[in-house]
Amino acid sequence: MVRNPFVMQCGEFHVDYRQDMAIWKIARVRWRIFMIVALFALFPMVATDYVVGLATLCGIAAIGAIGLNILTGFTGQISIGVGAFLGVGGYTSAILTTKLGLSFWVAFPLAGLTTALVGALFGIPSLRLKGLYLAIATLAAQVIILFVISRWDSLTGGTAGLVLNRPQIGSFTFMSETSYYYLMFVVLLITIVFSLNLFRTRVGRAFIAIRDRDIAAEVMGIDLFKYKVLAFFVSSFFVGIAGALLGHYTMIVSPELYSISVSIEYLAMILVGGLGSVFGSLYGAVFITLMPVVLRSVVDVLSGTFPGLEGVLVGMKEVVFGVVIILFLVYEPDGLNKIWSNIKNYFRLWPFSYTK
Amino acid sequence: MAFFLQMLVTGIVVGSVYALVALGFVLIYKSSDAINFAQGEFLLIGTYVCLTLVASYNVPFIAALLLALAFSALLGWSVEKVVLRPFIGKPVISMIMATIGLSSVLAGIVHIIWGHETRVYPPVFSEKPLQFGEVIIAPVYAWSFVIVMIWLMIFTLFFKYSRFGIAMRATADDQQAALSMGISVKTIFAIAWAIAAIVSAVGGVLLGNINGVNSSLSLIGLKVLPVAILGGLDSIPGAIIGGILIGIIESMTGGYLDPLVGGGLKEVIPFVILVIILMVKPYGLFGKKEIERV
Repeated sequence: MVRNPFVMQCGEFHVDYRQDMAIWKIARVRWRIFMIVALFALFPMVATDYVVGLATLCGIAAIGAIGLNILTGFTGQISIGVGAFLGVGGYTSAILTTKLGLSFWVAFPLAGLTTALVGALFGIPSLRLKGLYLAIATLAAQVIILFVISRWDSLTGGTAGLVLNRPQIGSFTFMSETSYYYLMFVVLLITIVFSLNLFRTRVGRAFIAIRDRDIAAEVMGIDLFKYKVLAFFVSSFFVGIAGALLGHYTMIVSPELYSISVSIEYLAMILVGGLGSVFGSLYGAVFITLMPVVLRSVVDVLSGTFPGLEGVLVGMKEVVFGVVIILFLVYEPDGLNKIWSNIKNYFRLWPFSYTK
Repeated sequence: MAFFLQMLVTGIVVGSVYALVALGFVLIYKSSDAINFAQGEFLLIGTYVCLTLVASYNVPFIAALLLALAFSALLGWSVEKVVLRPFIGKPVISMIMATIGLSSVLAGIVHIIWGHETRVYPPVFSEKPLQFGEVIIAPVYAWSFVIVMIWLMIFTLFFKYSRFGIAMRATADDQQAALSMGISVKTIFAIAWAIAAIVSAVGGVLLGNINGVNSSLSLIGLKVLPVAILGGLDSIPGAIIGGILIGIIESMTGGYLDPLVGGGLKEVIPFVILVIILMVKPYGLFGKKEIERV
């Protein structure tokens, strides 16, 4: 008998809540996920340093994007301040490791925690402000934090920034691209598992209820203030972690690395990937991180035929970035994650699907 | 005292330009509930078009200004039609991201065409400073103030007496009622965007004459946010008063506090004020309070 290798299942038939709540609804999917994880764990063995470095950047961006998605995609609180929060994470880790001489392994969680506290502080206005007003308030947070960072010379090194070291265990330093990739990989896995499970708990469901209709959620007995500030806290924690990882990876922190355009990039990631989707954040982070790289190589190829192209690369990046955002908003507001699930649904009973 | 007056005058002039740009911002918010993050890019494109006409094609300044305004109107009009139309009634984040995407596209186009370096207008206004008692005013400042006031006057009359102005007020008040009275709300939206682009272009040309033109001029687009929030997002008088207030505060901070902290506070102070207002009085000085129902 010839079996169709693409057929997964013809529908969902659950007889108890445990099955309904499962992250991977059928065993075969679980094995597929393990295999994909294993592939990503093994891939630095065959890839060049350049590719592994890109993958590390994508992964770090994904951690931050998941953080932002917890706040914006799942809780519905728009934040245009991610750039600055990344900066808080990066700078905290930089100051703790270089000025106080703490080990990376202490500074790293502390960086997350500090960012979480700063995020929660700026989350307090969210009780009174929503939608547009909150977006503007977080924009103000971005400007103010960046100002503090660039002016507090004695602590942050001002506009010159600080130089960081790669983390160490004993005598081993995470100096090579591959070793740092594994560090990122572990953190990313923990982030994904945590956030997937977060939305199966009371707290996560409260977040989603607040996103859907905050007043209704309050009527249902959800303490808005507590959960909104908590959402800012959790989200900023991951953003801070991503900031610290990024700081130790590039080995420098300076104010212009955390400008408002970074905030916009992260918003674009979750938008392109899919609001309110953990894996969507991952796809979006990869997409937005690799877009300039791909564009660069396209320009390199074409510059033979069109000589002036090299000079307008920066402008072209901005145009493409904007066009991508607008096209996604118009044609697939649910992002790459939705596209992927559409493809999967199509192949569910391929070629004899009875659903659309 | 002379220093104080000098700062005050500078603040009022720069603030009046903010007021003009904020007017366009508020107009868009009133008519279509969108926050326009591309306002700064409208400003940039307007001033670059005018500059190119004046500097490269030797068009007389007034003619160049009018041409740049016509171009901006067209730009605003078509941007609304092509980009923003699909987002009417969509969630806030779509609207925000759409205008952010738009601003990225426009900024990219500006960079491709005009590059990054600062350019200056050939002297349009006379160089001889005007003396009022102890206060010295550069003619470009005086003229900017006069031009802004003329534009604000034009818009006040426009909203009060013209057919489109009244239709716009009606649409802002109640879209459904306006529709049923035969007002084309789509046209109103397009006009709002066209006007926003025009006022930004005027602001851009004036600021370009004061400080020279480079792509950092588009940051005014962000500075409009504190102005609009201070005045109330949906209030046109609020935008004007807010603009002048923010201009004065900024100039005073620049004059008195910046030497103490080593500069830069001037750029941040509007946002500090923004946070304070949002905490204390989220709907600004003149904004309409929203009532929410489940």
